[in-house]
Amino acid sequence: MTDWLNILIQGALLGGLYALFAVGLSLSFGIMRLVNIAHGDLIVLAAYVALVVINATGLYSIATLLVVVPAMFALGYALQRWLLNYTLSGGLLPPLLVSFGISVIIENLLLQIFGASTYRLQAGAIETQSFALGGIYIGAYPLLVFATAFAAIAALQVLFYRTGLGRAFRATSDDADTAELMGIDNRHLYAVAMAIAMIFTAVAGVLMAIRETFDPAAGPIRLIFAFEAVIIGGLGSLWGTLLGGMVLGVAQAVGGALSPTWEILAGHLAFLVVLLLRPSGLFPHTRD
Amino acid sequence: MALKVERSTPESRGFAVFLVLALAALAALPYYAGPGAMRLVAEMAYYLALAQLWNLLAGYAGLVSVGQQAFVGLGGYSLYYLTSEFNVHPLVALMLAGPIAAAISLPMAFAVFRLRGAYFAVGTWVLAEIFALAISLVERLGAGSGMSLTPAIVRQIAPDRAGRELAVYWIALAIVVIVFAAAYLLLRSRHGLALTAIRDSEPASESLGVDTFRTKLMVYVVTAGCTGCVGAFIFLQKLRISPEAGFSVNDWTVVVIFMVVIGGIGTLEGPIVGMLVYFGLRETLAQYGTWYLILLGMAAVAIMLLAQDGLWGLVVRRFNLHLFPVRRHLAR
Repeated sequence: MTDWLNILIQGALLGGLYALFAVGLSLSFGIMRLVNIAHGDLIVLAAYVALVVINATGLYSIATLLVVVPAMFALGYALQRWLLNYTLSGGLLPPLLVSFGISVIIENLLLQIFGASTYRLQAGAIETQSFALGGIYIGAYPLLVFATAFAAIAALQVLFYRTGLGRAFRATSDDADTAELMGIDNRHLYAVAMAIAMIFTAVAGVLMAIRETFDPAAGPIRLIFAFEAVIIGGLGSLWGTLLGGMVLGVAQAVGGALSPTWEILAGHLAFLVVLLLRPSGLFPHTRD
Repeated sequence: MALKVERSTPESRGFAVFLVLALAALAALPYYAGPGAMRLVAEMAYYLALAQLWNLLAGYAGLVSVGQQAFVGLGGYSLYYLTSEFNVHPLVALMLAGPIAAAISLPMAFAVFRLRGAYFAVGTWVLAEIFALAISLVERLGAGSGMSLTPAIVRQIAPDRAGRELAVYWIALAIVVIVFAAAYLLLRSRHGLALTAIRDSEPASESLGVDTFRTKLMVYVVTAGCTGCVGAFIFLQKLRISPEAGFSVNDWTVVVIFMVVIGGIGTLEGPIVGMLVYFGLRETLAQYGTWYLILLGMAAVAIMLLAQDGLWGLVVRRFNLHLFPVRRHLAR
């Protein structure tokens, strides 16, 4: 019994990482109606930036966020402002295929520069520490990741509903043309939104790189996990994204406990079941 | 002066003659070129077929799938399963793989058609992943390590190696001709008019009475079946299949999307141009690793930003050239 409880808790905590994967995707969809196919590759790119920083300076892995976050923030702004913005007026195909092209470019550039070998970042003692509560063990690092995801979503919630920038985001999301008439510079606003999304992508990338190995081809499956968390949680709902990540994490943990080969498949099947029974997700918020 | 509605143009009639001559030259290739050239042309042929099928799906029906590798893999596995378990002749299995993939695509459509746009794209991809993972759990299908075609099965195609190479080569040509003929006839039919309308504006076509859901479903199922048949052929020729190779998103979808986007999405001619560009780049840059993929990615991004209808679109704009007469125009 406690075995299963442990598995459920591990899965739910893993869901925090998936929620971090998903927040950036959810944000760019919510504001720009843009589904960034390169999202998974940007997560992996953040992990490689951290790797380069560690190799160059010997900084502690989590502390590399001081460099990785600003770097990804700037990249996000530039990517949206000078590339993705030009795809938003021409229907469905351009944003999809441009971000798809970016995905392939990032993956193959990483392959050319770093080769196909796998890497993992070290975080020292915190990786193996755990607390015992009765018969239940909670790993310190998974708990940290989950707490980060929780804090990230709470911060976004405040940003959206308590600040002027959040009001501008919501206005543009509701009606981009009218928002522009009211004096909002959409092109700049979209770039800021993508830059903010990249903050979470950077955090997700570094935390992922400590938890599991990564290689240049590791992006697409992260995009899929992020996407599954968003759809399970319901489009446009930030807390729903966290819960969607947790459902995905629990499904994978339960599947993995039955047989390691079932881990990923169980997550995909949970996504499929939600899609068939509740196509708008468990906690729907906005329509597309 | 009497006006009449025509579809063919002098250029398209000339192109038809050229096409017949080119096909004859390609069909005769085994008599003047070696097995290396035959293999390359066969590869070009099945990639062209995959590209045209994806073009119908994404360019006309607006269904941007990143999961067509599901049908390549399912077609391949159907062939291996039918030949090894039921002793079906490989060429019969090749023809059965299409209907099997189409039948599987129907329930899949009910899941992914709930998603729109880019979410549809990723949803189809997840389904392909599900098939790859599920097949790697089935011992009967060789689990994660895959299956090989036994020599006994291979000999059913032709008793000796040269005969098999010849058969495989002509099947590749036949497949691409059939796919192009089917796409051409589809676009000239009633459904083609509906499809072209959906391509140009979905809401407008709906308001004029086009049943967009049924049209899209039909295209999804038909392209799934044809993709399954191409997949069966690909793995008939490769003699080995594994979940990783069969359901590879890079090999069967990414590359195909680049061909269509670079050549020109939403035209029958575009995939031909894109396929030639892809193979040209790959053959010249292959020794420099994956740079050709990076270049293709950049080309696709540039084309989507600057000239959405691709290289063929530039030709059409400059010369108003239409090689496949699918549109009507007034002639004297």
